[in-house]
Amino acid sequence: MMSYIARRFLYAIPILLGVNILTFLLFFFVNTPDDIARAQLGDRRVTAEAVEQWKASKGYDKPMIWNSDANGLKKVSETVFYDKSIRMMFFDFGSSDSGRDINYDISQRMWPSLAIAVPSLIVGLAINISFALMIVFFRGTTIDTVAVVICVFLLSISSLFYIIGGQFLISKLLHLVPISGYDTGINAIKFLTLPILIGVIGGIGSGVRLYRTFFIEEISKDYVRTARAKGLKETTVLFKHVLNNALIPILTGVVVILPLLFMGSLLTESFFSIPGLGSYTIDGIQRQDFAIVRSMVYLGSVLYIIGLILTDISYTIVDPRVRLN
Amino acid sequence: MVLFGIKLVFLITDILLFALFAIIIAYFLYAKRHEHIYAPWRRLLKNKIAMGTAAILLCYLFVAFIDSIHFRLPVEHTTQSQTTQSTQIPNTQSENIQQFQSETLSLLDVLLTPLREKSETTYSAPFASHSFTKQTVEQDNGQQIRIYPALKYGGVHLREGDSKLIDISIRSLPGVIKGSLLTLFLLLLIASRNKQKYRCSFRQSLTRLLNSSTGTQWKPFLIVMGVIFILTAVIAELSTVYHVFGTDKIGSSVLYQSLKSIRTGIMIGTLTTLVMLPFALALGIAAGYFRGWVDDVIQYLYTTLNSIPSVLLIASAILMLQVYLDNNQDNYTSLLERADLRLLFLCMILGVTSWTGLCRYLRAESLKLREMDYIAAARTMGVGHFSIITRHILPNVMHIVLITVVLDFSALVLAEAVLAYVQIGVDPTTESWGNMINSARLEMARDPAVWWSLTAAFVFMLVLVLAANLFSDAVRDALDPRGESHAQP
Repeated sequence: MMSYIARRFLYAIPILLGVNILTFLLFFFVNTPDDIARAQLGDRRVTAEAVEQWKASKGYDKPMIWNSDANGLKKVSETVFYDKSIRMMFFDFGSSDSGRDINYDISQRMWPSLAIAVPSLIVGLAINISFALMIVFFRGTTIDTVAVVICVFLLSISSLFYIIGGQFLISKLLHLVPISGYDTGINAIKFLTLPILIGVIGGIGSGVRLYRTFFIEEISKDYVRTARAKGLKETTVLFKHVLNNALIPILTGVVVILPLLFMGSLLTESFFSIPGLGSYTIDGIQRQDFAIVRSMVYLGSVLYIIGLILTDISYTIVDPRVRLN
Repeated sequence: MVLFGIKLVFLITDILLFALFAIIIAYFLYAKRHEHIYAPWRRLLKNKIAMGTAAILLCYLFVAFIDSIHFRLPVEHTTQSQTTQSTQIPNTQSENIQQFQSETLSLLDVLLTPLREKSETTYSAPFASHSFTKQTVEQDNGQQIRIYPALKYGGVHLREGDSKLIDISIRSLPGVIKGSLLTLFLLLLIASRNKQKYRCSFRQSLTRLLNSSTGTQWKPFLIVMGVIFILTAVIAELSTVYHVFGTDKIGSSVLYQSLKSIRTGIMIGTLTTLVMLPFALALGIAAGYFRGWVDDVIQYLYTTLNSIPSVLLIASAILMLQVYLDNNQDNYTSLLERADLRLLFLCMILGVTSWTGLCRYLRAESLKLREMDYIAAARTMGVGHFSIITRHILPNVMHIVLITVVLDFSALVLAEAVLAYVQIGVDPTTESWGNMINSARLEMARDPAVWWSLTAAFVFMLVLVLAANLFSDAVRDALDPRGESHAQP
């Protein structure tokens, strides 16, 4: 087991290196720092000094990958590639284009993100599984058909609609909770209720439909027929046998996204002005802060790969038939 | 290219969309002659939901198509301009060189000219006759008062005390009749076609059609078409005197914007797939068929790309494109061309983020197929790798490709709106549902709220996505023999 996990982590290194090189190429070769400087400074006819000054202040004035002026190891280390990419490999994100320390920002902003993402996930999971089980109990009847149609309808609605509609209905018309904002401690609850509620409702359509197919797949298996043949009640079959076995694909699907919960939800956080990593990313994109976007790309990839490894491990825990090799 | 005195303009996305339509038509002509390919599609024709939603999708595609025929109209020489010209130096060449307007229009623009040109000064609610906001108006006697001024075009025919509801119902009557007639015409057209096909009398053909006892389920198709025809005709009747969907901040018609957005939505949904398909096909099949180091390299490639969160990859690519466009502004002659390039690039980058899933399916399927007996037989007979792939593997993975293409469509249409909100979507000058939502969302905070712009965009998007979702479910059931509906006991 341990050697398998170690191997998986070793295998992750070339992928992370690939992500790193890709972002480096995208941010420093497709457009050189000169182009970025000119675009950031606004005018196309900025002076060469202004460009140089901007590059020097951001640390983009070194050679790209090979510094022939320096000697020894500094040939490699005194470069943009080393400064920006190799350091990023070890989670040293440096400072953003506006001068703030990215590592500090991330450590501050991940908590609000988690405060929304974790409750949304747990509540959503509970509601989706119970709805799906209910539909499966009535499978083949009109209730089943109508429920599936409702699911398709719900998942066809844009997530923007859920957010804008929810804010309008609950905050503006009914005045139940504030429209947006964030507070620490116990006061956070009134700000968090609506985003979590909207997150759950927005996920019902796709979630229930997916889990329904998992349950239906399990129901057609032999062990269910055996259970019925023993004379077990339909409810017992569903809640004990089918639910337990269908939880395997459901849980492994959840494990993949667990690490990505840190990243938060771009839309929800930005609409409700919650100071999490999602709104941090959006701000970075909208202010064209390349350092932030680059760091978030890397962080996202790392978390995704961790999610994949966790999935493989969780398979062996919930399903003893799966052997790792 | 100049045709009938108008200059045709071909944007890159136009050409790609036409190419896509050509490919689809060619595929169906080919499938029609090969029963084993056509059989699953026949199953689709017997599916009520598929036929009903196909009607909606066809209408959207039609609008996108006529919105993709771009041209520039010739400059109209009014008598006044001719007299001013004659006073200047006589220009001998002006007879030979045709002048064109600088504005590029599409066929849809021309059809909707009344909608496009009847613009108010600012917001007005649907069917309103007065402006939504108070404005300071100077009266004849020089006094300034703040009132809700009457609109320039909306509801000007109404007199004081006229009931708007009665007026709307009377005016929509001709629309209902026109729409019904159009539906009846379509019904007769299909019935007469079936008459030849089944060699029965016209009466028999009609009853069979209405009883749904033909092989193809025409009835749901006709019902949906009828609803669309009647709605279109009623809206067309009403928009001669009203702004049916209201107007936006700068006073342009919301209905016009929603219709123009259809092209953008369809483009994102279809071109993305068209762009990514060659890569996914080539790499996916190569990985599964050749195995070994080819497989390793390709797997590494897509795991790497897949591990980057797609929104962030799109954001970085679009940010880079913006920098590039800003620094190379001279290369583009018009804003439209620039917006078009951005749309194409967005499709390409969305393609890069979405090809990995298809590639993985194709690899798995090719891995399975290469061990099949008929492929081993082909190999022993000395058939080359290329021929084996194109003749034996490709046709057998086509159903996966088709299912993925249709399933991805609705997700891409929805993604466009989200990307527009993050400001990494289509160009702000392009009409799209995402841009409509983005520019209107802050107006919900007004009191009373400006809801019509948002609602129109959401409804147009919902109808398309819902139809696409239901249709793709039907396609999956028809094409994939191991589909979900077969798993039911």
